[in-house]
Amino acid sequence: MHELSLVSSIVDSVTESLARYPGARVIEVRLRVGALAAVIEDSLQFCYGIATEGTPLAGSALVVKTLPVVVHCSRCNVDGAIESVQSFRCPHCGELTMDVRQGREMEIEAIEIEEAEVGG
Amino acid sequence: MTTRIVELRRGILKKNDELAAGLRDRFTAANVLVLNLVSSPGTGKTAFLERTLRELLAQGSRAAALVGDLETDNDARRLAASGAPVRQINTHGICHLEAEMVGKHLDGWELAALDYLFIENVGNLVCPSSYDLGEKIRVALLSVTEGEDKPLKYPTLFNSADAAVITKMDIAEAVGFDREAALRNINEIRPGIRIFETSAKTGAGLAEWLGYLQEQGANHAGS
Repeated sequence: MHELSLVSSIVDSVTESLARYPGARVIEVRLRVGALAAVIEDSLQFCYGIATEGTPLAGSALVVKTLPVVVHCSRCNVDGAIESVQSFRCPHCGELTMDVRQGREMEIEAIEIEEAEVGG
Repeated sequence: MTTRIVELRRGILKKNDELAAGLRDRFTAANVLVLNLVSSPGTGKTAFLERTLRELLAQGSRAAALVGDLETDNDARRLAASGAPVRQINTHGICHLEAEMVGKHLDGWELAALDYLFIENVGNLVCPSSYDLGEKIRVALLSVTEGEDKPLKYPTLFNSADAAVITKMDIAEAVGFDREAALRNINEIRPGIRIFETSAKTGAGLAEWLGYLQEQGANHAGS
């Protein structure tokens, strides 16, 4: 249950990036999270509602895009998404591989904001 | 009112990652090999580390440990009996160690005077996997009483480990430990990983483990 720590980091990062847009309100925060990142979206959403209260992120939506785990197979020399994180094998030839190319990401991809009207 | 999409492309744990990178630079400059030990509560991390510290000190190596727990300094007191410098990190409810906590607890320690620094993480197989502590080697530990399918249940941690240690091998037979299944499962999640089958009680597997530490320390010095 480290989702609250993660959400606090998200709130800090987003608040920091809002410095360039005074008075802006956050509508949506978009995340990219790898399937191997051990993040539970339900917990994230639950914590998000609490952690954003009283911040410029209050009331905004959290959109989580899950990225599949992609491994590289040196035998086939191709990248492929694995079906299950219980087995790190090339989806083409079945060879075991420890070369993980995607799946550990935990990233704030973008935010959608509503800017305050100048002089309004 | 106008809406706008602002691209951030920023790691959620950017702050921790930056602090960890700073620690890694310090560890490399001081030529100290740093290991992050991760397991469930009750695997026997402390007993394993206690034995490791004793053996290292006996062979003339300089080793120290940081030990993370939610509360109490029981583990630090246990480990300090080995004669090695030990510090306790109490996280007060946080389920994992973060780079900032490690950095704060290094104050006053001369890293260059150490060959090995062990960081015993909070007993948890989920959350510590996301937090880089600046270690060179992440060790996933698993005891023979925990079930051979633990690596399959916690792939994130086992996949990010550099070495795996099976503890309490002295009671493997009594608890019906299926060694082949355990090794197969670890290998399915982290193919080719070094696996050490150990007992802190009898000392089984310790020579191999100490050999690995020495080898990694030597690589470290060369890198």
